[in-house]
Amino acid sequence: MVVRTDINKQDGAPELRVRARLLYVILILALLGLTTRLAFLQIIQGERYTFLSENNRVRIKRIPGTRGMVLDRQGQLLIDSRPSFDLLFVPEDSEEPEKTLRLLARYLGRDDQELLTVLEENKKRPAFEELVLGRDVDWSTVVAVEAHQLDLPGVTLRTRPRRSYVQGPVAAHVLGYMGEIGLRQLKVLKDQGYVVGDEIGQYGLERRWEEVLRGQSGGQQVEVDALGRRVRVLHEVPDVPGYTVHLTLDRELQETAFEALNGKEGTIVALDVNSGAILAMVSTPAFDPNVFARGIKAEEWRDLVKDRLRPLSNRATQGQYPPGSTFKIIMTIAGLEEGVLQPEARIFDPGYYYFGNRAFRDWKKEGHGSVDLHKAIVQSCDVYFYQLGPRIGVDRIAKWARAFGLGEKSGVALDDERSGTVPDSDWKRKKYRQPWYPGETVSISIGQGYLTVTPLQLANMMAAVANGGTLYRPRIVSKVESVDGATVREYGPEKIRTIELKPTTLERLHEALADVVKEAGGTGGAARSTLVEIAGKTGTAQVVEMKGGYVKTEQLAYFNRDHAWFVSYAPVQNPQIAVVVLVEHGGHGGDAAAPLAKKVIEKYIALQNRPAGTQQVRAEGENRAN
Amino acid sequence: MQIDRRLISHFDWTLFLLSLTFVFIGVMTIYSANYNITEGHAGGLPSRQLIWLGFGLIAMLTAIAFDYHHIDRIAYPFYGIVLLLLILVLVIGHSGGGSQRWINLGFFRLQPSEPAKIAIVLMMAKYLQDDEPPRGYRLHDIWLPFALVGPLVVLTLVQPDLGTAIILGIVFLSMLLIGGLRLRSFLYLVGAGLALLPVGWHFLKSYQRARILTFLDPDRDPLGAGYHVIQSKIAIGSGRLFGKGYLHGTQNRLDFLPAQHTDFIFAVFSEEWGFVGCLVLLLLYVIMIAYCLRLMQRAKDRFGGLLVFGMVAIFFWHVVINVAMVSGIMPVVGVPLPMVSYGGSALASMMFAIGIMINVSMRRYIF
Repeated sequence: MVVRTDINKQDGAPELRVRARLLYVILILALLGLTTRLAFLQIIQGERYTFLSENNRVRIKRIPGTRGMVLDRQGQLLIDSRPSFDLLFVPEDSEEPEKTLRLLARYLGRDDQELLTVLEENKKRPAFEELVLGRDVDWSTVVAVEAHQLDLPGVTLRTRPRRSYVQGPVAAHVLGYMGEIGLRQLKVLKDQGYVVGDEIGQYGLERRWEEVLRGQSGGQQVEVDALGRRVRVLHEVPDVPGYTVHLTLDRELQETAFEALNGKEGTIVALDVNSGAILAMVSTPAFDPNVFARGIKAEEWRDLVKDRLRPLSNRATQGQYPPGSTFKIIMTIAGLEEGVLQPEARIFDPGYYYFGNRAFRDWKKEGHGSVDLHKAIVQSCDVYFYQLGPRIGVDRIAKWARAFGLGEKSGVALDDERSGTVPDSDWKRKKYRQPWYPGETVSISIGQGYLTVTPLQLANMMAAVANGGTLYRPRIVSKVESVDGATVREYGPEKIRTIELKPTTLERLHEALADVVKEAGGTGGAARSTLVEIAGKTGTAQVVEMKGGYVKTEQLAYFNRDHAWFVSYAPVQNPQIAVVVLVEHGGHGGDAAAPLAKKVIEKYIALQNRPAGTQQVRAEGENRAN
Repeated sequence: MQIDRRLISHFDWTLFLLSLTFVFIGVMTIYSANYNITEGHAGGLPSRQLIWLGFGLIAMLTAIAFDYHHIDRIAYPFYGIVLLLLILVLVIGHSGGGSQRWINLGFFRLQPSEPAKIAIVLMMAKYLQDDEPPRGYRLHDIWLPFALVGPLVVLTLVQPDLGTAIILGIVFLSMLLIGGLRLRSFLYLVGAGLALLPVGWHFLKSYQRARILTFLDPDRDPLGAGYHVIQSKIAIGSGRLFGKGYLHGTQNRLDFLPAQHTDFIFAVFSEEWGFVGCLVLLLLYVIMIAYCLRLMQRAKDRFGGLLVFGMVAIFFWHVVINVAMVSGIMPVVGVPLPMVSYGGSALASMMFAIGIMINVSMRRYIF
């Protein structure tokens, strides 16, 4: 062990000694600086700080940003944020909390026991925390509390914007609903400034567009007096209102579609065929988002979740159904484009088709007799397509189905969209580790078997058929605007792909689809309109396979009944709108679904001639925003 | 190794008793900061701080037991251990309050950035102990300390613990200056530091930026960071000349003060003891620091003087930064009040530092 014993250093370090003198000066200066500061706070300003401290006078009031409005394509309100009042009580600010609450109950004409229970239940919480005595209280309560403020120490009102869904359940699934932020959500979103008790979009547009609609909360650092009343605002951070979201939906068309479904389970989707804009999207049974806005009760929530008719599911984007005979549109295109189908060639339909030793029945027991392509579409002849299917082959059918957007999510800006299933031999190998059996192609040919689609996908397919082969991404939001009306983001038409089709293919298909509605014997006769020429295709999706033959819809148990489809576009000459109707367990598409599509299309045509009063409505919307 | 009897007779009771005074004031104030009027007690924190004091005394005795000249040999290994711990804390560390600063040792959580302060002093004293060049150190003479201290600062910054990183940097600079850095080199350093500020800004966490911006513009975030400073100022200011009396502070009762038993303990103390109490506390610090500066001047050799200076620099900067931030004349950067704030690692490190100073003090008579 070597201990340094350097002779030169035994006198210490003279240079350090010199420098240390400077350190004393620095030390004294620091002491003087800090002491001056403390003297300033404690002696010169001491009185003021004592005043602030005595009553814990500085409080923080958080003011959540007003959530953005949602407007339809005409600028009409779909979701508004109206002011509402919550009744609060800070027990600490009252010398005798119970007496104050009794007095409050008297002023409000309410039972005092009710209010005292709230106090009792929250006894364990710190007395300076506010208790919520009532949410969204009515105007008379507000007036009473304001008028008797002096007698009611600790009782305050808090303004809060409340969501109001103008049409109630009509667009429930598109607009969605709000709810209190969950603990797990909070963990993820803490950095974005959410706090316990915040409302956040939980479903639909409200959830998907949360970031845009939300705004930023502000708040006030407020000096209050001993009774909790505000004396003055020390600092204020203004809240920033959320953006206004313009939808492609048409409020009136939406209403019409909702009424058309008239309480049945089903869905209607209407698209602008030349841009992919969603004009209407209704799913029933629906729920009322206003119930969520006022705070849903536990039993109400349980009822919604447990309901066998699934009111919380958006059937348009989340429902996956066999397309039934509407799939014959894809079959026709595949057949013609692949050169397998000779449109003029006729086959004989005796009412059944044997493949191997299995009989596939036509929906019409006695058969359609001699059938060419045109008649097969118009009368929805199953046997014609049974024999066509295996000749095209499942892989080529799947290719064309996918070209039109089936089997893939459309990418619409709504949550939890499903993709449906377009099966082919690869798919089956992967999923079931089995080869594809040609017999299964026969089922696919009339839109049954493994094949499932969402109503939105079918609507988009129909739009692409109508516009000659351009598949657009369905859009629900057209524009995002700041409160002062400046455009923040705009969403124009977005092409997913252009499908190359022979002109003759389109010509034949368009003619046949028009005749489905127009021609005597066409399955879509119920959609015939005097206002506008409509083209369409019916479909009936089997829910359970009927082995025993022909059963009338009415004889089946409700949940076993077939789903009714109608896919359509109009006007035939210059297509503008595509409408898809699905009525669950509705039976035949021609009867149950086609008339609904007609109603929606006729309304759309009527709206085209809508008077120019829309400007005024827009102005009203903007006033509310300010 | 034998213990020289002269050592015992030369034990520095002044320094020892002064340090115990601070711990006493600390425990008392921690008690008050956590005192619950309705329940009539303050929970387990004050007694835990006393346990840390026990650990601190062991650390202090360790620091006294051997001749400080041996530090020459342990400085780098000590640095290595601290560096490893700081890396470890990022890997397996325990987070609290949004940053990852602790290693959980079961019975207590070690905060390695505290011994890092000591490590820098030991290392710098070792590096600078030889006679300085005639006209002082130039930058390229001292690249090694930079290379060694840099990682400590960066590792502390990413925890993130801005306060400790600042202390590390400022103690390092203080040692360079006292150890004979050329004035021109120092100015170069300051210039480079200023030039790097925007880069550093980029690496700060958003809440740290918020605190600094709030300091520069107190109206910027009155609901967040600004709220804490306001509450702290109310606590200090409302203490006025003589304070509200022990256990009679009101600001901490409602949890208005953030971190009232750690970084903001001075506010609790000020509220209860007033300007007079604050003056006494600050004077105690000044007496202790002045006493240590005297010790540094009388140290037997340059090495001892540098050791004492380093330790006293740690003290000085902690006190100045802490009191300045709590009273609202500096951004809130999270620096404890030495020996008074609650915290085991900090207390033990500080007691170790005092031990080193006592060591130098005792051995200045021995050749």
